[in-house]
Amino acid sequence: MTEKDGSPNQSASLRSATRPYLSLDHLEKTFGSLRVTADLSLVVSEGEILALLGPSGSGKTTVLRLIAGFETPDSGRVLVDGEDVTPLPPERRRFGIVFQHYALFPHMTVGENVAFGLEARRRKGPEVRDRVARALAAVDLAGFERRKVTEISGGQQQRVALARALAPEPRILLLDEPLSNLDPSLRERTRRELARIIRAAGITTLFVTHEQDEAFELGDRVALLHEGKLEQLGTARELYSSPATRFVAGFIGRSSVIPGVWEKATGRARLPGGAAWRAVADSDLLDGAPVDVVVRPEALTFAGARNGTAAEGRVLETRFAGHETYFSVALEGGGEVEVLAVPDAAQPGWKVFVAPLPAGPLPRVYPGTGLSLSPVEAK
Amino acid sequence: MTRRNLAAAFLALLLLWLVGYPLLVTLAQALEAPRWTLQHFTEFARRPEEWRALWASIWISLVTVGLAAAIGVPLAFLFERAEFPGRRVLGSLVALPVVLPPLVGVIAFLFLYGESGFVARGIQAVFRLEEPPWRLAGPAAVLLVHAYTMYVYFYLFTRAGLARLDAALLEAAAGLGARPRTVLTRVTLPLLRPALTGAALLTFMTSLASFSAPYVFGGGFRVMTTQIVASKLNGDIPAAMVETVTLAAVALIGLALIQRSETGRVVAGGGRGVAPARRQLGRSRRFVAGFGWVLAAILLLPHATLLLVSLVPRSTWTIEILPPVLNLSNYAALFSEPERLRPLVNSLWMAVAATAGALVLGFAAARLAVRGRTPLGGTLETLLAIPWALPGTVFAVALSATFSVHAPWVGRFVLVGTAAILPLGYLVRNLPLTGRAAFGGFRQLDPALDEAASSLGAGWWKRLSRVDLPLLAPALAAGASLAFLTALGDFVISIVLYTFETRPISIEILSSLRLQETGVAAAYGVVLAALSAAVFFLWGRRGDEMRTGSGLHLPH
Repeated sequence: MTEKDGSPNQSASLRSATRPYLSLDHLEKTFGSLRVTADLSLVVSEGEILALLGPSGSGKTTVLRLIAGFETPDSGRVLVDGEDVTPLPPERRRFGIVFQHYALFPHMTVGENVAFGLEARRRKGPEVRDRVARALAAVDLAGFERRKVTEISGGQQQRVALARALAPEPRILLLDEPLSNLDPSLRERTRRELARIIRAAGITTLFVTHEQDEAFELGDRVALLHEGKLEQLGTARELYSSPATRFVAGFIGRSSVIPGVWEKATGRARLPGGAAWRAVADSDLLDGAPVDVVVRPEALTFAGARNGTAAEGRVLETRFAGHETYFSVALEGGGEVEVLAVPDAAQPGWKVFVAPLPAGPLPRVYPGTGLSLSPVEAK
Repeated sequence: MTRRNLAAAFLALLLLWLVGYPLLVTLAQALEAPRWTLQHFTEFARRPEEWRALWASIWISLVTVGLAAAIGVPLAFLFERAEFPGRRVLGSLVALPVVLPPLVGVIAFLFLYGESGFVARGIQAVFRLEEPPWRLAGPAAVLLVHAYTMYVYFYLFTRAGLARLDAALLEAAAGLGARPRTVLTRVTLPLLRPALTGAALLTFMTSLASFSAPYVFGGGFRVMTTQIVASKLNGDIPAAMVETVTLAAVALIGLALIQRSETGRVVAGGGRGVAPARRQLGRSRRFVAGFGWVLAAILLLPHATLLLVSLVPRSTWTIEILPPVLNLSNYAALFSEPERLRPLVNSLWMAVAATAGALVLGFAAARLAVRGRTPLGGTLETLLAIPWALPGTVFAVALSATFSVHAPWVGRFVLVGTAAILPLGYLVRNLPLTGRAAFGGFRQLDPALDEAASSLGAGWWKRLSRVDLPLLAPALAAGASLAFLTALGDFVISIVLYTFETRPISIEILSSLRLQETGVAAAYGVVLAALSAAVFFLWGRRGDEMRTGSGLHLPH
């Protein structure tokens, strides 16, 4: 997040991120009886990097393919700078795409790969050579023109794919899980490089990922998809601290879900053991309605004794996480929560009292399903 | 309807006209349309010689499968699982018969083991016999030639299956206490089952369609393919049509039965891990190597004989055991006399034309089906594969029946007797080879490459020329090479459809033999074999993979 928060490129990017540039207008797509994308609308500003985040099968790659023109929507439109590109074939959209497995042409050299898009647009010899050199230099691969794509590392292949996509100066850059093909050790470094290159290019970018860290670090904003629907669109901080739906709350970060009853007058959720926790809810939630209380581990603490907000429970197990530890606590009356606290705060088997931190983010409540989920299950 | 679907519909119609329509015409003629009577089928059923030929086709094919397996499977185990001096070279030599045209193998056998061949002459001289010790004729001769030419399928399939075997599975069995014999019967052979079934299917179909061996060695012994040609040459067209339909039905039933026996028996888990290491042989390695070399010599002997006979000038070899004079006069005649050169030129241009046509159709169908995801993709693939399932004789007779009538309004033109019919026949037979190569190539090609090219602004022609064709070139070259070899050495289609002007090499070999010009016949055979080997080793080597992987080889 550091680069996003402080770099000059980021500032430049955000400065220009005001004019709507790429718009998805009520996109719908079904494969047979499977509805993959349901009435999806969103707007990406000029120069903005939007992360399309979601679990497997959420329809995010389909959305990318609809934008790229590889799939035709059943209804809805894709607009770029006001122009409806929906009827255009991919080769006439002038988008750059980085594929999950890069799709580098194995029979061509690095230089020929990067030159391909320029030649397809009828650029001539000296200009092509110059732009290939510049594109490769931009991804720190200057002088790699004659290398075979099969002889370079995975990280280098990824950068060649990026250079190839950027060389023809596309209107939009689309990236499909750009880091998923790399070793975990290489992924973080490449992620930073990718962010630097894209921001330097200042291009409107949409990338697909199922990794929260990736989405949060690379994306100016994040669009979270679930079963083809847009659950929430916002900054990483907004998604984490103000999840719009129960799915968002469960998907972003760690959280526990416990059953409760909503007390509208006091703005509290009553837990089965009797404790009542102050919480945030939609205004139309009725008094006395069963709710799911979603709470993050860092928002809970161990209280000294039972009081109105402390729920009694027993520590089931602990998970060491460096300077802090996650404690799984089975609450009296039902439900299980996870508490983040100092390692010696409790031991498995201890009876404890759990309460929300007074200054911490408030638990959020959603219409109840009656289910109680541990943080892992909630994912 | 999109442009892509329109193109697919047009291609499907064209393939239907080439592949399906002639079969329907044959069936209609067998039923004597428009009278629609089963009279000819009834007559067929009443004639004992028809039943004998049908039964001969079936039992010869079944026994061929057994013989080919008995030779090919042990050889595959020897060359894939044991290490000994010369293993690699011998392993390739043993597979050599697959490269050579069937008729060349047949005449090579004739020159070596025939009643006036080297072996018979030698034995006759040594034992001072008045008559040759045997006559290479009848079912035994046919089986001998079949076993010699078709063991290669079992050999190649089993070797490929063994190479794909995961060593960890065998080690797991051994670790659980299984003895080598138990590992073989409970693990190795069940895992090889798909490969063995594939080889059995290919051998059965090839044998059922075999024409060269029964035609040359059969004598009075008839199988369905020779029976069909005999009926046609005798002018009994209704009988030929019924026989053709019957043979096609038997081929399809055989195919269905074998495939059905494998349904639900798909062996999963193969193809992962590392193949088992070859066993280093101890004291027996020299014996095994010696055995291998002798075997290779036996297998190559017929072709060495062919080369020798091709050097024997006309009328110089009568009663001697070995030919007294050897020179290149036969080859000189082949290339200097226009009438002798003509079959070579004919075969070459017709094979090139047929291969090019089949390649274009196969490529177009595969691109529309795999890349274009047209709803007609399955239909296109099936139409391309049909000629594989049916014997060449069936198609030859079907094409002859369809294209000997002028009725353009029902898609029939007089092509029989013209230069177009043989290339057309070769083309139809080649469709499975080029089609399978193109479909396989496209399926292995990452669709993202095409999408990447498209997103970079490349139109369809640039994608085709810069991405698809260069990447598919090896697969297409392999398919085209096999198609070219099949057309170049074809005998079964040619004997039904040739004219004097368009006679190909195989027909000229046969007429040279009839005229007692054995040296010339052998020289044609050597040229054909050399051309085939050159094409195979230059472009077709990746065909090994195709053949062993997909069971793709046209019946003789």
